Amino acid sequence: MNSYLLKRIMVLIPVLIGMTIIVFSIIHAIPGDPAETILGQKATEQSKQALREQLGLDKPWLQQYFNYMGDLLQGDLGTSIRTKTPIAKEIMPYLAATLELTAAAMLFATIAGVNAGILSAWRQNSWFDYTAMIIALIGVSMPIFWLGLMEQLLFSLKLHWLPSIGRMDQRNPVESITNLYVIDTIIAGQWGQLWTVIKHLILPSIALGTIPMAIIARMTRSSMLEVMNSDYIRTAKAKGMPQFLVVYKHALKNALIPVLTVVGLQTGALLGGAVLTETIFAWPGVGRYIFEAISSRDYPVIQTGILIIAFIFVVINLLVDLLYAAIDPRINYR
Amino acid sequence: MGQASIKVTPPGVAADKVYGPWRDAWKAFRKNKTAMLGLCIIVFFVLIALLAPLIAPYGFKEQELVNRLKAPSAAHWFGTDDLGRDMFTRIIYGARISLWVGFFAVIGSIIAGTFLGILAGFYGKWTDMLISRLFDILLAFPSILLAIAIVAILGPSLQNALYAIAIVNIPTYGRLVRAKVLSLKSEEYITAARAIGMTNTRILLTHILPNSLTPIIVQGTLGIATAIIEAAALGFLGLGAQPPDPEWGKMLSDSRQFIQKAPWTVVFPGLSIMLTVLGFNLMGDGLRDVLDPRMKN
Repeated sequence: MNSYLLKRIMVLIPVLIGMTIIVFSIIHAIPGDPAETILGQKATEQSKQALREQLGLDKPWLQQYFNYMGDLLQGDLGTSIRTKTPIAKEIMPYLAATLELTAAAMLFATIAGVNAGILSAWRQNSWFDYTAMIIALIGVSMPIFWLGLMEQLLFSLKLHWLPSIGRMDQRNPVESITNLYVIDTIIAGQWGQLWTVIKHLILPSIALGTIPMAIIARMTRSSMLEVMNSDYIRTAKAKGMPQFLVVYKHALKNALIPVLTVVGLQTGALLGGAVLTETIFAWPGVGRYIFEAISSRDYPVIQTGILIIAFIFVVINLLVDLLYAAIDPRINYR
Repeated sequence: MGQASIKVTPPGVAADKVYGPWRDAWKAFRKNKTAMLGLCIIVFFVLIALLAPLIAPYGFKEQELVNRLKAPSAAHWFGTDDLGRDMFTRIIYGARISLWVGFFAVIGSIIAGTFLGILAGFYGKWTDMLISRLFDILLAFPSILLAIAIVAILGPSLQNALYAIAIVNIPTYGRLVRAKVLSLKSEEYITAARAIGMTNTRILLTHILPNSLTPIIVQGTLGIATAIIEAAALGFLGLGAQPPDPEWGKMLSDSRQFIQKAPWTVVFPGLSIMLTVLGFNLMGDGLRDVLDPRMKN
């Protein structure tokens, strides 16, 4: 297991280096003079020169890359052009907001998806099965930005059940320690605030979680159907075990392995999808942060933001691979 | 009683009518109800797109400022937007944009992906190393984010959105083709072809490419669905189609602020995106079941 972990990390290194090259190239791929593109045509030659120096654009390409890598390895993620603040400091609250949203979305997607999949397989060809699979098919085809808008229209604007935008009531801000509001409010014992935070989370996490939920439901169903036909399940049934236990204890354990891959891959995809959800729900997350950086041509922020998300994505995929071994002893890593 | 089990073939009918693999596939496909539904949805939108100038009651740029944000009526089936443009007309013309982007982005990814996949699979060694790592790296980025970054560099436009979507999806096809080439390479008939002195290029063109076709078709159909959503997402973020183009995603973001006053301006574009994407997903799933049962999971 340890040697496998080591091997996986060794394979990751060229990928991580490649990622830094791509992200580094973003500024260099801008057609024309990046300084002019960033500052606009009216900028003075002086300010353009200053920016070139700040970004290191006046040095040879290779030297720039090594400087960039050197800074990265020392934890210097660059400085935002717009706010003049170090990105490493600025990005933290945004990252926490995205993390909270993604976790909530994945929680919803996994609980709803796995259970829908199990019930569909258990009651194969029943009306529940058909309805669940039709919903799953539509869910996979759903443009999440539209789903978000429809949720707002129905649950906020028409029914007034849930807030339509933001993480928290502006007049009642959360005292942030971790920037994860759910945890912050629990630590502070502010139960009223916790409820408000959860209410703000519901619509965006359903919007973000719908596609993974649909994919997880379909995967669970087909995986369960396969397992339910195996000998050991027949044995369990034959010895008179309650159906519920057979399904949820014996079958689920084996059926969950392929589901886990999907959960892992989808978590990564959510990080990208968060840009759209965050735009609709005015959620101050890292997707929003990057998107605003694009509108204001704040290239260091674009570079760093994308690099951080890609890094998290890679790490999640690695963790999923390692989790396999923990769940399925048949998989033997050498 | 004593009936001979010999079947008599009526004259004029060939005893064993041999059907080609495509015809077999079509027969199986026709039996798959959801796949046929998908095909019908696609044909419907393709027809709408092709016949747009004939069906559309107005021009997609035509503004009637007195008729701003009017609810659906006999004159305006889907209502009007904030500039008094007919939503029905704009949705119809929008089909052209979405199908065009979806189709050509996927074609682009397929061409580039197939080329790289063949290079990697057929020549192996460091070529494979290099290309496979490139795919790994591209796949290490969430696709929509990478597409956003590419458009941020190239500048927002429909054309650039198409390029971005095509680039982002190259590894999907590249890996598929590479795997297929690797598995085919060790087949005996390839060894035979080589033994009789066929050149690499000929082996590629006559044996490897045709045999890689089915997984590409399946993936490509599903890929159009993804590409349409990605294009709409970029449009929604203001990074794709620019006004006054009636792109569905762009229409959504333009009408967002009127969602309470005029929900129809938001409902119909989204519904169109969903239906089109659903069509391609259903058809892709069906094709996979028919053409490539091994890919089912």
